Amino acid sequence: MGLLSDPVRRRALARLVLRLNAPLCVLSYGAGIAWFLALAFPPLTQRTYMSENAMGSTMVEEQFAGGDRARNFARDFAAHRRKSGALPVAWLERAMQSVGLEVYTQTFSRKLPFPDETHERYMVSGTNVYGILRAPRAASTESLVLTVPCGSDSTNSQAVGLLLALAAHFRGQIYWAKDIIFLVTEHDLLGTEAWLEAYHDVNVTGMQSAPLRGRAGAIQAAVALELSSDVVTSLDVAVEGLNGQLPNLDLLNLFQTFCQKGGLLCTLQGKLQPQDWASLDGPLQGLQTLLLMVLRQASGCPHGPHGLFLRYRVEALTLRGINSFRQYKYDLVAVGKALEGMFRKLNHLLERLHQSFFLYLLTALSHFVSIGLYMPAAGFLLLVLGLKAHALELWMQLHEAGVGPEEAGGTPGHVPPLPPAQGVGLASLVAPLLISQAVGLALYILPVLSQHVAAQHFPVAEAEAVVLTLLAIYAAGLALPHNTHRVVNTQAPDRGWMALKLVALIYLALQLGCVALINFSLGFLLAATMVPAAALAEPRGPRPVYAVLLVLTSPAATLLGSLFLWRELQEAPLSLSEGWQLFLAALSQGVLDHYAYGALLFPMVALGFYPCWLLFWNVLFWK
Amino acid sequence: MAATYCLDRVMAALAGLVLLSFGSLAISKIEDQAEQLFRSGHTNNWAVLVCTSRFWFNYRHVANTLSVYRSVKRLGIPDSHIVLMLADDMACNPRNPKPATVFSHKNMELNVYGDDVEVDYRSYEVTVENFLRVLTGRIPSSTPRSKRLLSDDRSNILIYMTGHGGNGFLKFQDSEEITNIELADAFEQMWQKRRYNELLFIIDTCQGASMYERFYSPNIMALASSQVGEDSLSHQPDPAIGVHLMDRYTFYVLEFLEEINPASQNNMNDLFQVCPKSLCVSTPGHRTDLFQRDPKNVLITDFFGSVRKVEITTETISLQLDSEIMEDRY
Repeated sequence: MGLLSDPVRRRALARLVLRLNAPLCVLSYGAGIAWFLALAFPPLTQRTYMSENAMGSTMVEEQFAGGDRARNFARDFAAHRRKSGALPVAWLERAMQSVGLEVYTQTFSRKLPFPDETHERYMVSGTNVYGILRAPRAASTESLVLTVPCGSDSTNSQAVGLLLALAAHFRGQIYWAKDIIFLVTEHDLLGTEAWLEAYHDVNVTGMQSAPLRGRAGAIQAAVALELSSDVVTSLDVAVEGLNGQLPNLDLLNLFQTFCQKGGLLCTLQGKLQPQDWASLDGPLQGLQTLLLMVLRQASGCPHGPHGLFLRYRVEALTLRGINSFRQYKYDLVAVGKALEGMFRKLNHLLERLHQSFFLYLLTALSHFVSIGLYMPAAGFLLLVLGLKAHALELWMQLHEAGVGPEEAGGTPGHVPPLPPAQGVGLASLVAPLLISQAVGLALYILPVLSQHVAAQHFPVAEAEAVVLTLLAIYAAGLALPHNTHRVVNTQAPDRGWMALKLVALIYLALQLGCVALINFSLGFLLAATMVPAAALAEPRGPRPVYAVLLVLTSPAATLLGSLFLWRELQEAPLSLSEGWQLFLAALSQGVLDHYAYGALLFPMVALGFYPCWLLFWNVLFWK
Repeated sequence: MAATYCLDRVMAALAGLVLLSFGSLAISKIEDQAEQLFRSGHTNNWAVLVCTSRFWFNYRHVANTLSVYRSVKRLGIPDSHIVLMLADDMACNPRNPKPATVFSHKNMELNVYGDDVEVDYRSYEVTVENFLRVLTGRIPSSTPRSKRLLSDDRSNILIYMTGHGGNGFLKFQDSEEITNIELADAFEQMWQKRRYNELLFIIDTCQGASMYERFYSPNIMALASSQVGEDSLSHQPDPAIGVHLMDRYTFYVLEFLEEINPASQNNMNDLFQVCPKSLCVSTPGHRTDLFQRDPKNVLITDFFGSVRKVEITTETISLQLDSEIMEDRY
């Protein structure tokens, strides 16, 4: 007896949902995709605006004029680096001291789980050098960071030169209220991670980093700089960070306002900004930017040192100088002035950046979509799962009670008897669940653990062994349903697959919901591909079609597809073989990112989505 | 012979009459002047200047208050009669590229901080409670003299407030507010305790006119920089310092006051005309219904200066000793 609702009305509504289930699901899915595509268009995408009152307008006078000094430093750095082959630590220390900073170094070392083919490193050890400019009249409670990552493939010497020249200029000013740390890291992001872990006194990734001898207070904001040429035609900004975290939108707004003030050309993802949002051109380009950002955010890799700062809730950006064939070029003074302006305004901050959005999607450098407007897209997709699960539950209830939907609909007053307590039996559900989860666990642990064994028995390098083991276990999961039934007694009645599908749908919905909250792009991408296949997977009907659909929407296939889409959107399309090579490289990079920086894509897919997908595969091949 | 004697007598009488009439005229003139000496009714001046906002980007509020402080001191009110409340220290803020200065004009033309500024309530001492205690005089006995408003029933008080405000309230220190009703009640307490003769209240905040709507005590004149629903805007952006230096209304009031000297005869109507909408963008307002005198008879220096009524007479009074009395004495 319902007290607050009418049970008869509720049952009638439930039966309506059951009858209209398929059209509703299709409608909901279509609405989700359409909503997502509509995000690039003006009412849903808005112009950015500065929310932090303390940063105000760009009302500062930039006085940086150390272009020559920067170039000299850059030349010296490049020469010393070529001579020593690694980061010239002694030279950097001397240079920073001559500029007037407090200089410290930090050593770190890391043995990667398997050799990194792209960066050609395995046992990594290096030294970070950093100098602290103390605020003249303030206690060292807060700090700002300017960092330049130096790796073996990108020397970044002009960035180091500009860093030193800026340090010299900043040292001569008396208006700093926060300390400024000038950090030069070795081995790119590994060095940055080592420094950050030592600074915050944590050990998240198994890096052996020496403790820091000099410290400056809580970091409020950081800017990473990558410059490889004396002149640039534009400054590119990267915002997506580790696990899809993003810096506060105000930092991006700050960068953009200083670009506009200095007349500097600023780009996002390397493309010029669309000007015309009234007609169709702007939004279409915005859609391209949006899709690229979703793909980059979903991959969860840090696209620059800023990505690692975001884990500690330090707002950070990476600025890359691009030197293309455009005619108008800017020299280091222009870049230096933009940075000076940004740091001067960040100096005015009294609290951490918190007024603007932390979760957003960018359709252009000056246009964004806020979380309140993009979440419904994921909501609609998850609604499909909810509808399907609800329909299944009702169907099961009605069939257990022995009453078909037609008879029940005909006699609305007749209350069907309560179904017997779960006739399906949880025992038959437990086996597929456990087996799928075990395969997922194997997918997570075995590749790295058994790389040596595989390398001994097969003529492949360790990295290739890892990737091939991954693929092998993944494919082995496909063979599972045909073997599970030999292990488990098939006592389950014919409708047992419904219970399994119900559990699988709920499991998928939970996972997608949680992931969509943390990393909307990953959640949406996986939902858009897995939801239709999951909703359609049934043992009856055209099994081969469903099987092909399910395979095509499995997480690995989604990864492959999104790689192709990513290159397509960057206007550098891939051929099939190139795509496959890139796919293998992406797999090994994903595993490495997890061990080196704590990226969560690999464990989430291996321990979460892959077992869930296997459950649907089991449902499809239910006997 | 008798005729000339008669004529002499008449001449003397006439002269005496003329002298007498002149004398009486002179006396009545002195009486008039003496009456005028006490016409405005006040014998001393006080000023309570309050800046309620802290943080570096509210530099302009401190500059506003210091500009009025500077004018008021220049026109004669001594530090002992000024209660200056500044909620934050801009001059020594680490972000100030010119330490120990607070400028009110860009290009650093005018440093209103100066060498002899005396801040009575500083930093976190500027709270609503302290402000109301200063006004009403309910102060703990341990409070030093410089922090008290020791006014009496012949004091003219200038109260200037600036900061961030809204419709019916003024924000103190980003953590509390004072409402217009509280302020009106505080002024009524002052009136009941005979703590002022006349009061001039100036406020430079957004929607400032809402703060004087609720006054109900006599002898209060109020000015505000903007009406309800309007924002008061800032002025003087300075890229070298990186903030706005002043608010518009107080900037133009400062310019007006720079031309006032202790002998000026400008009256309140001139002050009402300062900063029309074309310069201020907001519409300044004023309220005079509670004030007993006509604003055109109220001098600016009645509130902004401490003018000693000194009358320089050109008449000489000769003192002559009576020699007989002197001889008797000895």
